[in-house]
Amino acid sequence: MRGRLVLVIAVVLGATAAVAATAGRTPAPVIERATKGERCVEDTATMRRNHMRMLEHQRDDTVHGGIRGAKHSLKGCIDCHASATTGSVAAAPGDFCVSCHAYAAVKIDCFDCHATKPAAGAVGVRR
Amino acid sequence: MSARPPGGGTPGKPQPAPESAARRAWLGVAAAGLAGVVLAPGIRLIEVAQAQSTGGSPGGGADPKVRWGLLIDTTRCASGCTECVDACNRENGLGTPSRSTDARWIRKVEIKEIRTGRTASLPVMCQHCASPPCVDVCPTGASFKRADGIVLVDRHTCIGCRYCMMACPYKARSFVHEPLTGQLPDVPRGKGCVESCTLCVHRIDRGEKTTACAQACTQAGHGAIVFGDLNDPASEISRRIREIQTTQLRADLRLDPGVRYHGI
Amino acid sequence: MDSLAAARHETRNYWILVAAGLLVTGIGLLAAHSMEVHGHAITGMDNSIVWGLPHVFAIFMIVAASGVLNVASIGSVFGQAAYKPRAPLSGLLCLALLAGGLMVLMLDLGRPERVIVAATHYNFRSVFAWNVILYSGMAAIIAVYLWTMFERRMNRWSKPAGIAALIWRFVLTTGTGSIFGFLVARQAYQSALLAPLFIVLSFGWGLAVFLLVQSTMYAWNGRELPESIRARLSRLLAVFVAASAYLVAVYHLTNLYYARQSEFAGFILFGRGGDALYAVLFWLGFVVLGSVLPLALLLAPRLRSARATIAAALAVIGGAFAFLYVFIIGGQAFPLEIFPGHAASSAFGDGQVARYAPRLPEWLLGIGGLGAAFLLTIVGVRVLDVMPHDDLAAGQG
Repeated sequence: MRGRLVLVIAVVLGATAAVAATAGRTPAPVIERATKGERCVEDTATMRRNHMRMLEHQRDDTVHGGIRGAKHSLKGCIDCHASATTGSVAAAPGDFCVSCHAYAAVKIDCFDCHATKPAAGAVGVRR
Repeated sequence: MSARPPGGGTPGKPQPAPESAARRAWLGVAAAGLAGVVLAPGIRLIEVAQAQSTGGSPGGGADPKVRWGLLIDTTRCASGCTECVDACNRENGLGTPSRSTDARWIRKVEIKEIRTGRTASLPVMCQHCASPPCVDVCPTGASFKRADGIVLVDRHTCIGCRYCMMACPYKARSFVHEPLTGQLPDVPRGKGCVESCTLCVHRIDRGEKTTACAQACTQAGHGAIVFGDLNDPASEISRRIREIQTTQLRADLRLDPGVRYHGI
Repeated sequence: MDSLAAARHETRNYWILVAAGLLVTGIGLLAAHSMEVHGHAITGMDNSIVWGLPHVFAIFMIVAASGVLNVASIGSVFGQAAYKPRAPLSGLLCLALLAGGLMVLMLDLGRPERVIVAATHYNFRSVFAWNVILYSGMAAIIAVYLWTMFERRMNRWSKPAGIAALIWRFVLTTGTGSIFGFLVARQAYQSALLAPLFIVLSFGWGLAVFLLVQSTMYAWNGRELPESIRARLSRLLAVFVAASAYLVAVYHLTNLYYARQSEFAGFILFGRGGDALYAVLFWLGFVVLGSVLPLALLLAPRLRSARATIAAALAVIGGAFAFLYVFIIGGQAFPLEIFPGHAASSAFGDGQVARYAPRLPEWLLGIGGLGAAFLLTIVGVRVLDVMPHDDLAAGQG
């Protein structure tokens, strides 16, 4: 019994080491500076931790309540954070949303439906 | 697949050996643990479900005092004219639908009364019923009626079961059959979800009191489509409805659509 | 063959069957994955025919799942001794068919990765949503029911569990029929008759599946089903087939009678207005193959035999698929009547009978569901003691 336990622990540790050795395959996220505005609607730490919750709450307000252009609107994010080169937040691997989400391996399906580029003539940050 | 020898009822059956009793106990504990692991996230799901019940915020947006609707004067509707359809396709990024799998939010229908031979031409879109069957049948509540009467699909919640398409009497809904790209920022739409005419809700929420189809028809000089607030007796649509005879499609179903037709 | 070689041969056969089941199910899952990645454009479904062949397979399995439990109910609830030893197999088949049918339904969703949303966002007015609870509850009740039958200390609870399963099953099949019955929009469906129709259909389809599986198990074990039991089950199947045919006849007769339904009745029964496929499938598939032939095989004195019973069961299942194809797809193919009294035409198929041809991914997904049910049955029969012990039943009385 103890022999089996030792074997299992050894296999798990070995596998972890093997996986860890491949670190560096995925490029670290590139946080491109936003193209518009002075600062984001919230501070960076709050955004990093809570942007998903803000977006989920906001989408109900927009779809069911008809509130558009609010502080946490997705279109607002895209208007400022679209890449200067691709014009999008999800086209190239270095674009704003894709870059962190690919690194964190958190698949998002927002852009199955949502446009990744700001509307032509879009205004920047809305408060 | 042999049957194990019949157990109980036969006398002299040996008692389970101590190892198998311990194994059974271990299996019981493991099963309980597995059940706990499987069920525990469900407790969080209840939290998630209760948190979802926000549905609309105070201040701004959909106004429950308003009921948006359309009046379509088919006597001014020319057979072969597709201004409203083209405008809708442009406004919502639908492209040029050609295949039976392409989404159509509005279409021109040519009708001919069988007994009399009288013909008419009219656009048909989501009728934005007051008692929408599509809202009743949607298992997740993705198909919903907004406070101002517009019937919409919340694509965050739509699982693509197409039951609402079975339920709609007007064939108003379309299903997106393939991955899409190049959506317009105002009109998110994607594969696997159901969609239909939104009464240009993105325009209405911005304050523009007209839909793309109504605007295009007016600009083309026909003026067959009027958009407005059915709850406001002073609005143009309410005045016209009081003056001329109008009908709702399949009025016998008692769904009370927000779209009315004159001339059929 | 000596007993050790026989056991090895049997084990090898078991693993071959498991491999076959895994293969069929795996191909079905691959087809579903392809549908998820490429969208439903690779199927034959479009904006006119929104529920296609996968739904035919899924609804057959779900309805048969409910009906296959009849055998157990007749044993546990109505106390018929011949049926009691058959109850565990009946419960297992119910679970297996339910799992297969639900697998196909969930994989046919436009966004199958969101199926959990059906649990977190719940519309209490939707009969579809009620079915989510009914199906999962059914699985739980069957599990408990099987437990009361296998665990000797719980045997006295098997009758209450059987009653609960019976009631739940009636509600579930009513819900399945009402998925269509509550649709006021379509002329094929807007009928309260559909719920009881589905219940009676479930009796026949479920018993047919049970007979097939039971006879296969007996053949594999080199055992013979006692003639008296076979005769009873055959007569019961005949009764169910006749009752189903009666309700279907009433449904169509009523449609023929109403002036406003006559165009639809002409389309479905006689192919008037385009596409005679549904009429052919109805008459040859459901009426001849699914009703008349089984009744003859089960009741005619010169035709009755063990082989005839199996042939009748197969014919009933063939008729079931034909019925569901006509019901689900024919019902959608007939154009919606948006302008009564008018002929309509448009670029969106208004006024036209819709065309539909199932494509490969749909066949593979549907058959994959059957494969999953098969796999669960094979493993369940191997692992659990579901083989009916008629000698024991005779001894216990």
